[in-house]
Amino acid sequence: MTTALIRARGLTKRFGNFTAVDGVDFELRRGEAFGFLGPNGAGKSSTMRMIGCVSPPTAGELSIFGLDPVADGPAIRARLGVVPQEDSLDVELTVRENLLVYGRYFGLPRSVIRGRSDRLLEFVQLADRQDDRVEPLSGGLKRRLTIARSLINEPEILLLDEPTTGLDPQARHVVWDRLFRLKQQGVTLVLTTHYMDEAEQLCDRLVVMDGGRIAAEGSPRELIERYSTPEVLELRFDPAVHENAAEKLAAVPAQRREVLADRVLLYVEDGDAALAAVRELGPDPLTSLVRRSTLEDVFLRLTGRRLDD
Amino acid sequence: MTAQTVPGGPAAAPPAEPPARPGPPSAWSFAVRQLRFWLTDYRRTWRGSIISTVLNPLLYLGAMGLGLGTLVDKHGTASLGQVSYLIFLAPGLLAASAMGTGVGESTYPVFGSVKWSKTYQAAVSSPLRPRDLFHGHLLFVGLKLTMTSTAFLAVAVAFGAIRSPMAILALPVAVLTGLAFTAPIEAWTVTRTKDTSLAVVYRFGMIPLFLFSGTFFPVTQLPVWIRPIAYLTPLWHGVALCRALCLGIATVPWALLHVGYLLAVLAAGIIAGDRSYARRLYV
Repeated sequence: MTTALIRARGLTKRFGNFTAVDGVDFELRRGEAFGFLGPNGAGKSSTMRMIGCVSPPTAGELSIFGLDPVADGPAIRARLGVVPQEDSLDVELTVRENLLVYGRYFGLPRSVIRGRSDRLLEFVQLADRQDDRVEPLSGGLKRRLTIARSLINEPEILLLDEPTTGLDPQARHVVWDRLFRLKQQGVTLVLTTHYMDEAEQLCDRLVVMDGGRIAAEGSPRELIERYSTPEVLELRFDPAVHENAAEKLAAVPAQRREVLADRVLLYVEDGDAALAAVRELGPDPLTSLVRRSTLEDVFLRLTGRRLDD
Repeated sequence: MTAQTVPGGPAAAPPAEPPARPGPPSAWSFAVRQLRFWLTDYRRTWRGSIISTVLNPLLYLGAMGLGLGTLVDKHGTASLGQVSYLIFLAPGLLAASAMGTGVGESTYPVFGSVKWSKTYQAAVSSPLRPRDLFHGHLLFVGLKLTMTSTAFLAVAVAFGAIRSPMAILALPVAVLTGLAFTAPIEAWTVTRTKDTSLAVVYRFGMIPLFLFSGTFFPVTQLPVWIRPIAYLTPLWHGVALCRALCLGIATVPWALLHVGYLLAVLAAGIIAGDRSYARRLYV
C-alpha cells in the first residue's frame, strides 16, 4: 500500500456559523507540486493552516506523514516548512539572526544553523545582505528571506500560502525560479494562489476551490482539456453596442460563449476560423485576440466568476 | 547560470533515519527554545536596560527614601514600625519595581509578537506549541526579574537601607511577585486585538497598586473599608513579605501565606495563559 503524504477526507473547518472549508477530499504524493487555486475566501488558507497543524479541523480526517495533526503537531511541524501569506519575520533582527532564531525553534545546534544559513542565503541571493536589519528590506527580499527561513529544518513538505501576492513581476519570477529549483530537488510543494499563471508555472496537480469546496481537480493541462476548449477568441466592442453584439454572436458556432462586463469570450476549437465568422456576421469588434485556454477559463467555467473578482 | 544545489538537500526520498518520533515532547526543552529567542532579542537592548535597572533604584531611593524620608522621620516613625523611612521604603520599592518589570514584559512585547511582527505565528509553525511560547517567555521574564531585583537589592544595600541578611530571601519573593503579574496579564494580552486596551492595565491596574499597596505607606493608614482590597492585590503580599524579610522580622506562617497567595495567582495565570495562547494561535 502506498501511503499518501497528505490525505484529507471530508475535511471541514467552521468558524462559528461560517464554513470556510466544506468537506474537501484530496491526496498528495511525495515530490509533487500541488496547488489550491481559487479566489480570496475560497478556503485555501484555512486548508493550508490545517495542514500546517496550527488550526484544528472541525470535522473530517486529515493525516500528514500518516500522523494526526492534532495529536502529533510538533512531530509533523518538525518536517514542514511554512511560508505564510503575511511575512512574520522579526524585523528588529538581522537577516542571519532570523535564520538563527528560527533554526533554534527546531532544536538545531548553532553550528548546523550556521552552515545551512550560508547555503540558504546563497540560494535566495541574500548573502550580501545577511547582516542587515530586516525592517528596511523590500517586499521581494523579505519574501525570499521567509522562504530561506522555511527551509532551515530541511523540510520534506513546503507549504506556501500565496507566495508571490504583493510582489512586483520581477520579484515574482525570482521566487518562482527558486521554488522550481526546490521542486527539482524533490521537495514536495503545496501552495495556494489566486494567480493562474503561478499555478500553471509551478503545479503538477491542482484543485480549484470555490466557496470552501473543491470544484475540480487535475493537472493544469487536464483541467483545461476537460473544462475548456483549445482556443479562446476574446472580443471587445464599443460599450454602446456591447450587448447587442454579444447577442448577435450567438450565431457564431462556439462550444461556449461568456459575456463579461467588458468583453465577449468565445470558446472554440479554432480561434482564427471563429474570428473570420464574426467578421462575416457583421458586429465589428474594437479589438480581437485569439489565445490558448488557461486556468482562468477553467475557473470561469466552473464558478461563473473570474479569479480576481 | 549553472544549476545550483539546494540548501542541505531536502529529502527527495524518505529519510534514512526514522523521522522525529511522535508523542509529546519534553515541555521544558521547548520552552527553553523560546527563551533563547528572547535572549537573542534582548541582546539588542540589554545595555539600555542595565542603565535603567540601576538608575531607577538610585533615583527612587535617593529622592523618596532620603529626600522625602528626612521629613517623614521628623514626624516620628511609630507607624512605620520604628524604622527610618528609607528602610521602610526600600523593600516596598523592590517588590513594586518587580511588578513594573512584570507588567511591562507582559504587555507590549507579547502584543507585538502576536499582532505586529507576528513572530508568534511564525513560531507555532515550528514544533513549538502555543504554551511553549508562553512558558518560554515566563522563563525569560523570570531571568530578567532576577537580574533587575538583584541590582535593586545591591543599590539598596549601598544606601544602607537593608538591615537583615534575611533580605537575600526577598530576591526570590520579588521575582515571584513580578511573575504573579506577568502570567495572568500575559494570558489576557495575547487575546487583545488593539493595543489601546493595554494602556488600561497601567492606568487602572498598575498605578493604583503602586500607590496603594503599602509601598510608600502602611496599608493601615488607609480607611478600614478599603484595606481588604489592598490585601487582595498580589503586590501587597509581595511588599509585605519583602519588607518583613529585609527588616529581619519575617515569620514562617506569614511567609507561607504570602508565598502561597503569590504562587496561586501565578498558577492561575499559567492555566489561563495555556488556554488563551492556544485559542489565539490555533485558529
